[in-house]
Amino acid sequence: MKLLLIRYGELALKGKNRKYFEEALMRNIRKMLHDLPVEVKKLYGRLFVYLHDEEYYQEAINRLQGIFGLVSISPAESSPLDFEDIKQKAVEVLQDSIDPPFTFKVEARRSNKQFPLQSPEINQQLGGHILNNFSQCKVDVHNPDITLKVEIREQEAYLFYRSYPGEGGLPVGISGKALLLLSGGIDSPIAGWMGLKRGLEVEALHFHSFPFTSERSKEKAIELAQVLTRYHPQVTLHIAGFTEIQKAIHSNCPKQMGVTIMRRMMFRVADRLCRAKNCKALITGESLGQVASQTLESIQTISATTDLPVFRPLIGLDKQEIISYAQKIGTYPISIQPYEDCCTVFVPRHPAIRPKAFHAEEVEQNLDIPTLLNNCVENIETITLQARQ
Amino acid sequence: MQEVYLDNSATTPLYQEVIDYMSSVQAKFYGNPSSLHRKGIEAEKEINFARGELSRVIGVNPGEIIFTSGGTESNNLAIRGTAYRHHRRGKHLITTPLEHPSALNSFRQLAQEGYEISYLDIDEKGNVDLNKLEDLLGPETTLVSVAHVNNEIGTIQDISQIGKIIKNKAPQALFHVDAVQSLGKVEIKAPENNIDLLSVSAHKIHGPKGTGALYVKEGTLLQPLFYGGDQEKDLRPGTENTAGIAGFGKAVSIYFKHKQTYVENMSELKKLLFNSLQNYQELYINGPSPEQGVPHILNLLFPHIKGEILLHSLEDKGIYISSGSACHSRRPEPSHVLASLGLDATQADNSLRFSFSSLNTREEVDYAAQKVVECIEELKHFMK
Repeated sequence: MKLLLIRYGELALKGKNRKYFEEALMRNIRKMLHDLPVEVKKLYGRLFVYLHDEEYYQEAINRLQGIFGLVSISPAESSPLDFEDIKQKAVEVLQDSIDPPFTFKVEARRSNKQFPLQSPEINQQLGGHILNNFSQCKVDVHNPDITLKVEIREQEAYLFYRSYPGEGGLPVGISGKALLLLSGGIDSPIAGWMGLKRGLEVEALHFHSFPFTSERSKEKAIELAQVLTRYHPQVTLHIAGFTEIQKAIHSNCPKQMGVTIMRRMMFRVADRLCRAKNCKALITGESLGQVASQTLESIQTISATTDLPVFRPLIGLDKQEIISYAQKIGTYPISIQPYEDCCTVFVPRHPAIRPKAFHAEEVEQNLDIPTLLNNCVENIETITLQARQ
Repeated sequence: MQEVYLDNSATTPLYQEVIDYMSSVQAKFYGNPSSLHRKGIEAEKEINFARGELSRVIGVNPGEIIFTSGGTESNNLAIRGTAYRHHRRGKHLITTPLEHPSALNSFRQLAQEGYEISYLDIDEKGNVDLNKLEDLLGPETTLVSVAHVNNEIGTIQDISQIGKIIKNKAPQALFHVDAVQSLGKVEIKAPENNIDLLSVSAHKIHGPKGTGALYVKEGTLLQPLFYGGDQEKDLRPGTENTAGIAGFGKAVSIYFKHKQTYVENMSELKKLLFNSLQNYQELYINGPSPEQGVPHILNLLFPHIKGEILLHSLEDKGIYISSGSACHSRRPEPSHVLASLGLDATQADNSLRFSFSSLNTREEVDYAAQKVVECIEELKHFMK
């Protein structure tokens, strides 16, 4: 029977939590494949996806490659624990592989010690059987075209010769839930992706400043959030109207403090939303020194508005590295569409580069912060994006 | 919320009658117009009806109309079709910097292929300087291509004069007029102006998108863009878009029945909007004065106001207009038309286009003018 054999890495290291992680992984796999004719099983510390229809083989592999926590996926055939059956299956598997002549080797692993042959014996005897069936082929133990792997497990044997890499990381959800500040730019979607990768369930918050930004820039944020559904089949996106707050800042605060106060207000809205949605951290796409406002002082002044931990997973990356991620994940072509996002209109020519928290607080005396926040949070529009399948 | 659509240079709403007519054509006359049986003949009749309507209003024979997928294809067929077909006679083409991108980029492509393209000068109102035309025309010239009305600023070119100059100086050169914006707005009869090729599009006069036509004067030779069956005199092969073409025909019949009233109406609305705004706001006109330009286009510059933001503020009040040019709004660069009038990037950024159709009313324009003033008053605060 055809199946996908799934390996997961870091999970195995996590001691007593292992079971919990495995269950989360199973749950995520089931969600991601819910509309395909498959069955997901856990047997003796391995995950198997059984396919009831071969047509969906590639589709299932593609989707599994987006699930964090997987190290690799191997399309395999199962065989009863009888050496004659295994031999026959080996020939079938190789017949479906590449056209002969090819070089090969057999790599057996016998975790079921009840099986009468030892691994080297399996390699030898199975190799011989294959040579008899593929007269033009040769064994090459150093650099073979095909390595046929045979795993002898408790109930069945599994044969496979290729593996697709998984994304690594941890299953989404096991680390809790965080709120991503999602702009329309290149950075923030990558920060969200990295949060997902470390097992965080991510909800996103986008600030929309119509008419200072167009309806298209909101669509852009939606499209970016949609890309993340490849890594987590359901992504919640909150869209907060930010125009009133920006107008208030613009009318009541000194221009050079505008960006700092704006970011502080965004953090306050995010902080409120986090508590309402049971998120335990914020994620932003900030990194150090990319723009004048991303100085240590600026980051400190902005963070002072929340007690929540703020994750900035891009802090160690160069712009070019971020772009490479964006290209790999598929957010890049969306992010570079030229619609203005809300930062560009209200940005003064000379923003304060090293703003101080006490100064920001002083300036904010002119704002009716509780009312502004209430109005903003109450009018948040929430949409749930599902993986497109 | 009241909805006021003032972006009719980009496209117009379809007449309800056109929609109904098209859906009945779509349902009943599904036959392939080339088929020999009754089903084919029924469909062909619809196309012939449209060909008749269109040829009548531009004063040509029905057999000289080639249906295309729209203005872009018509311009491409006229420009590239002429350049390729007549390249042995010469590789010199003349145009203006005010053309629609479908023409401009056709010329850019030809330039890359080794053709020589001359661009006529324009003044600050967008009028083409015709003095230079006579000097530029030579034995190598195979085409002069000019947009009758510019889609962004509404300048009307003197087509009749251009036709005469070509006729006198280089009668072998073909004359193409892009009349996509002028059809139904400014009188244009092809034969009286020495026009050989004329592009039009259905969706600018309340017809469907995806349908246009090219008038090709009897005896004019063009290289087709596509190869296929022998539809549209081999110039535009492919099974005809029966419903689209029929819708075009219907839109022409309806529009031209009351054309004079519509034109006067649009012209009045344009002046009304301009006068109402002028009383309240600092503004400048890009292009010709409201009296001189085409009746349906008004391009205004509001100093210090970012056009796109005003556009979105008006959108919020149900008013739809355009910044730069519709085909450009996905790119942040200033419009090439405004740039060629001498506007800098900021001025182009501060410019907006209001464009009218036969369906707009006085009440709508009053409402729009009032909202423009309100929005600018509010936005002024936030612009440096």
